[in-house]
Amino acid sequence: MNSRLTFPDLFRVGSLGLRSRRLRALLSALGVSIGIAAIVGVLGISASSQARLLAQLDALGTNLLTVAPGQALGGSQAYLPQAAPGMIRRVGPVLTVSGTGLVPNAQVFRTDKIPRVESGGISVRAADVNLLQTLGATLQHGTFLNPATAQYPAVVLGASAAQYLGISDAEYPIQVYLGGQWFTVIGILQPVALAPTLDRSALVGYPAAQRYLHFDGEYTTVYLRTDPNQVADVQAVLARTANPNHPEEVAVSRPSDVLAARVAAQGAYTSLFIGLGAVALLVGGVAIANTMLTAVLERRSEIGLRRALGATETHVGLQFLTESLLLSGMGGLAGVLLGSLATTVYALSNHWIVVVPLLAVWSGMASALLVGGVAGLYPAMRAARLTPTEALRTV
Amino acid sequence: MSRPVLELQEVAKRYMGDPPVEALRGVSLTIREGELVAIVGQSGSGKTTLVHVMGTLERPTRGVVRVAGQDVSEMSDRELSGLRAWRLGFVFQQFFLLDGLSVLENVANGLLYRAVGQAERRSLAVRALERVGLGRRLGHQPNKLSGGERQRVAIARAVVGEPAVILADEPTGNLDSASGTSIVGLLRDLNDEGRTIVIITHNHEIADSIQRNVELRDGLIVRDTAGAAVVSPPFRQGAQWGVGGE
Repeated sequence: MNSRLTFPDLFRVGSLGLRSRRLRALLSALGVSIGIAAIVGVLGISASSQARLLAQLDALGTNLLTVAPGQALGGSQAYLPQAAPGMIRRVGPVLTVSGTGLVPNAQVFRTDKIPRVESGGISVRAADVNLLQTLGATLQHGTFLNPATAQYPAVVLGASAAQYLGISDAEYPIQVYLGGQWFTVIGILQPVALAPTLDRSALVGYPAAQRYLHFDGEYTTVYLRTDPNQVADVQAVLARTANPNHPEEVAVSRPSDVLAARVAAQGAYTSLFIGLGAVALLVGGVAIANTMLTAVLERRSEIGLRRALGATETHVGLQFLTESLLLSGMGGLAGVLLGSLATTVYALSNHWIVVVPLLAVWSGMASALLVGGVAGLYPAMRAARLTPTEALRTV
Repeated sequence: MSRPVLELQEVAKRYMGDPPVEALRGVSLTIREGELVAIVGQSGSGKTTLVHVMGTLERPTRGVVRVAGQDVSEMSDRELSGLRAWRLGFVFQQFFLLDGLSVLENVANGLLYRAVGQAERRSLAVRALERVGLGRRLGHQPNKLSGGERQRVAIARAVVGEPAVILADEPTGNLDSASGTSIVGLLRDLNDEGRTIVIITHNHEIADSIQRNVELRDGLIVRDTAGAAVVSPPFRQGAQWGVGGE
């Protein structure tokens, strides 16, 4: 003859308050949803962005090395010997080598009427014709330099440079005013992830640079691909190979390290936003506690009735705790969906891979329920401690 | 003689406060199976405290309360709740029907804390509602019903579990006289079917229509008409429960 409440009945009883006061339930769950949505969204977007960077790293390869002149002993700008690319090419595991050379004092303008000060920071570089292949770069429009066009006033623009000059395609011959001469744009590059300096560059052939722009032919950056398994070995001998007399004046770097560092750096922003989400979650918890406390006061007669019908103190307490958990659980679920939706929209609009980490989903739901449990505990205890006669006396 | 279902011996209830209130001051009362008892008295006489003590909603300060033969003084909250779930049915002046639940669900709630399956609860609730003449109102929301109908729903909820005693605290207090008459008629009919019913009322007409009157004054029983026949015609005639017109 004991008083018993089955689990399905507890669920029904606990959801009654939410069903009969829908708007209030919706509003009080909102805080939790916003908090969870922020947390899931931030984790999702950062995971998607990391996935994109890692995919990019995979696609670009981590076997690209760059060799550039560093600083000479006295602090002056060092230079690479003219023979550097040739010498590097002779290192066993090196697969391809290409160089670019900054053409000093050459600037590029849309027309010859533009004042010289408005160069837009676009540098002019002489480039080897196999540069594209070494970098794994691709073209938006047109073609790259070939042994023929490298001889003539033809230019390939980096992505940002083309944008600055207002040139969106190379379908029709367009000329730019480069180093005091008219050069024809034959191609526009896609952004080059591993060599971002090229995005703001105008590339001309080596022979053309020497012939039209009085370029001395000096290499300022040499790009090379190595056997992926021997990157570190090659990196170790590059300085001595490029400039045997002054290896200390050679700067060797691995551009993929920058991307890898960016993957790691994203964690810092993520924790900041998760902190903000946690604050929203806390505020949501306070809203739920407030709603539940109001519910206990408003529904005293229901509590009295239930006690008269045979509910124990525990049943009444569990009813309100269940209600609080359902409220926060619904908020959490809505938050997870909202956060996943935000991640999907953001990632797709950036052409990233959509990644919603399972950990974010579970931890989002778990923290919502935790907040609901803590918020509902005191109101549930208040409800349970109400004596039946106190509860019935209220109307 | 039938078995006692409610026994009170020298029951006192004192509410602590400044000054303390002696709501009951040594009440002894036995209610037997199948009885219909009216507990009458003016406001403040201790009627409601008495029904709360009888219904185990409140523990007496002193004295013995036995429900269906069980002494409740040493019972835990869980045991007392069990007693209420299985042995006692309540009807309140304010009906206490839950909005958001249909009439049927409200009545089925009378069996909620017995862990009876939902399907069985509902089928018993349908029967109880048919018994009180609301078989056509199963899916209605309580706030769409008249006061008299709501009290019928509350009565159906109290009888659905076939409790040993039904305690009705001012069941007609919120109703007009026609509805009140009809409700008392219904309670009387339920009593005729063998149910034990205790009605708390300060309405003398109702009290006069009930055979046994227990009158309280200042926390003491001043009159108990056990055995005397007191039948008042108006309520006998109005005992056509299940008929509309409330």
